[in-house]
Amino acid sequence: MAEVLVLVEQLDGSVKKVTSELLTLARSLGEPAAVWVGGGLDDAAAASLAEFGAATIYVADSADLSEFAVAPKAEVLAQLVAEKSPAAVLIASNAEGKEVAGRLAVKANSGVITDAVAVDSGFVATQSVFGGSTVVHSKVTKGTPIITVRPNSVAPEAAAGAGTKVAVSVALTDSAKKAKVTGRTVAAKGGRPELAEAAIVVSGGRGVGAAEGFGVIESLADSLGAAVGASRAATDAGWYPHQYQVGQTGKTVSPQLYIANGISGAIQHRAGMQTSKTIVVVNKDAEAPMFELADYGVVGDLFAVVPQLTEEIKKRTS
Amino acid sequence: MKIAVCVKQVPDTWAEKKLRSDDSTLDRESADGVMNELDEYAVEEALQIAEANSGEVTIVTMGPDRAAETVRKALSMGADAGIHLVDDSLHGSDAIATSYALAKVLEGRGFDLIIFGSESTDARMSVVPAMVAERLGVAQLTFAQKVNVAGSTVTIERATDYGYDTVEASTPAVISVVEKINEPRYPSFKGIMAAKKKPVESLGAGDAGIDGGQIGLSAAWSGVNDFAVRPPKAAGTVVTDEAGDGGIKIAEFLSAQKFI
Ligand SMILES: Cc1cc2nc3c(=O)[nH]c(=O)nc-3n(C[C@H](O)[C@H](O)[C@H](O)COP(=O)(O)OP(=O)(O)OC[C@H]3O[C@@H](n4cnc5c(N)ncnc54)[C@H](O)[C@@H]3O)c2cc1C
Ligand SMILES: Cc1cc2nc3c(=O)[nH]c(=O)nc-3n(C[C@H](O)[C@H](O)[C@H](O)COP(=O)(O)OP(=O)(O)OC[C@H]3O[C@@H](n4cnc5c(N)ncnc54)[C@H](O)[C@@H]3O)c2cc1C
Repeated sequence: MAEVLVLVEQLDGSVKKVTSELLTLARSLGEPAAVWVGGGLDDAAAASLAEFGAATIYVADSADLSEFAVAPKAEVLAQLVAEKSPAAVLIASNAEGKEVAGRLAVKANSGVITDAVAVDSGFVATQSVFGGSTVVHSKVTKGTPIITVRPNSVAPEAAAGAGTKVAVSVALTDSAKKAKVTGRTVAAKGGRPELAEAAIVVSGGRGVGAAEGFGVIESLADSLGAAVGASRAATDAGWYPHQYQVGQTGKTVSPQLYIANGISGAIQHRAGMQTSKTIVVVNKDAEAPMFELADYGVVGDLFAVVPQLTEEIKKRTS
Repeated sequence: MKIAVCVKQVPDTWAEKKLRSDDSTLDRESADGVMNELDEYAVEEALQIAEANSGEVTIVTMGPDRAAETVRKALSMGADAGIHLVDDSLHGSDAIATSYALAKVLEGRGFDLIIFGSESTDARMSVVPAMVAERLGVAQLTFAQKVNVAGSTVTIERATDYGYDTVEASTPAVISVVEKINEPRYPSFKGIMAAKKKPVESLGAGDAGIDGGQIGLSAAWSGVNDFAVRPPKAAGTVVTDEAGDGGIKIAEFLSAQKFI
């Protein structure tokens, strides 16, 4: 069976959920092989890759890999594509993942498909485009299929693989070393799940009124184990940090449940959340376009509805 | 300092976007064309850098005849000149072909900075800037929320999930910008008048040295098998919080859906 390469996403050495999803998907397409770029692969991380089916873990570890942005990952993958002739390469569909995929496609002279929500055994990808209004089935027709897959598209299922580590030596080209990362600024991060990966997202917009208003949004999120999102109106006003913005110029999220509070539903906001499986809307204006997307909506003041909802959830889950 | 800005004409943000039934490409006729919103931020950033470094800004677009309107809009904001790559053989180009064609137009012209938006509103791939950097073999400084140019050193803040990375390179470099970087200016009446006299070079694929076998729908590296317009979402239940039990009603819904 041909290998299917999965580029590992990790944060401080722990493997992200999207990688388990991609390994699960890779098992239906061929033999999953995880690709770890950089240092820090400890036994726990290797075990979690094996748990979701990685037969092989390619480890490309050298100091300069993490000093440069994007290009080194594409170079490692291009080298593996040339040496191993995999059936496909799967990468998480986030900002960096898409760029890695694009550069890899140029290097490997292969087609690239982004934002897939499914991939079938014939490597036909399903894309949900134009804010979810059109479903497209597309296929790479030249070279090795390079496909980026949206988080939350596949339910991760464990199925042990051998997880054999194979060291890959890479000599980065000069052109991969042109953009040097000289600093990393980490904004305060709470204990909540990551926005792009979360199964449930609770968002607040201008209707929240002030930074303090996000307290009720956070309480609801915590009662559900959810991530917090925000509209641009809220992030621009400085009520919530920019990296939590959902929408065309923020994160694209596709959770099981999205709860929009005090968000009118501008097209740029909808572009980032329209493919959520279930959508709940709270807004005091019955005419707000957000209600068009609602599976369930309440016309009312979020400061009354949301705290009551939080209390009720706590009651039911305690 | 020579700066290029790549801008794409896209269907109006508010228009309903469709694929064509004949060849599954974007239906560009059915909606008004506008400059991709993020590309306005790219033009603004280029103008600011040019103003501070006595630079010159050239707008580059690949697209059908009417994409010339988008070039004019950027010129009316203050850019100096335009290049419009227009050729029927480019129709249906995928990301590989688009990045190839843009790189052919850009190479050899001595641009110190090539600035992009970080995503188009129609296809939303967010790959073209990285692919052009790869093809040109120049530094990639993408998803910039801040750009600082000091001589030949360019430093950006790259927006990330956790905050931002500071990334540094020497020119020539490819930059892409996110929307929080600046506030694009509106074209002034004077700017609109002046734009009419600014030079726009119209290039065919052959003029740019583009190999016809590498572009267009027939050469594409990926293709659409089929597509379907999803029926509009069935209307959900919307209730009014008159009795003050809206929160409880949502909890009941979430419980029925097994979220709690
Ligand atoms: C290039 C570009 C990119 C953009 N990208 C994004 C993006 O990525 N993400 C994004 O979100 N936006 C984006 N926008 C902005 C977008 O157009 C809207 O301006 C924005 O989404 C509006 O945010 P909002 O819904 O929170 O605010 P508003 O539109 O002001 O809506 C506030 C809503 O809150 C309701 N409300 C007020 N008080 C209460 C209350 N007490 N209880 C209940 N409801 C209440 C109101 O009825 C109203 O519907 C972008 C715009 C541009 C031009
Ligand atoms: C719904 C849909 C889905 C598609 N899916 C795929 C796919 O999976 N794989 C694939 O290979 N192709 C795909 N395409 C084709 C793709 O749109 C084009 O190849 C396009 O040129 C590149 O993608 P983008 O517009 O998303 O660019 P992005 O990478 O999102 O654009 C970023 C920036 O690049 C610049 N730019 C982009 N295009 C131009 C241009 N023509 N002229 C000047 N500057 C430009 C702009 O600065 C823009 O802000 C798809 C098209 C559609 C309509």
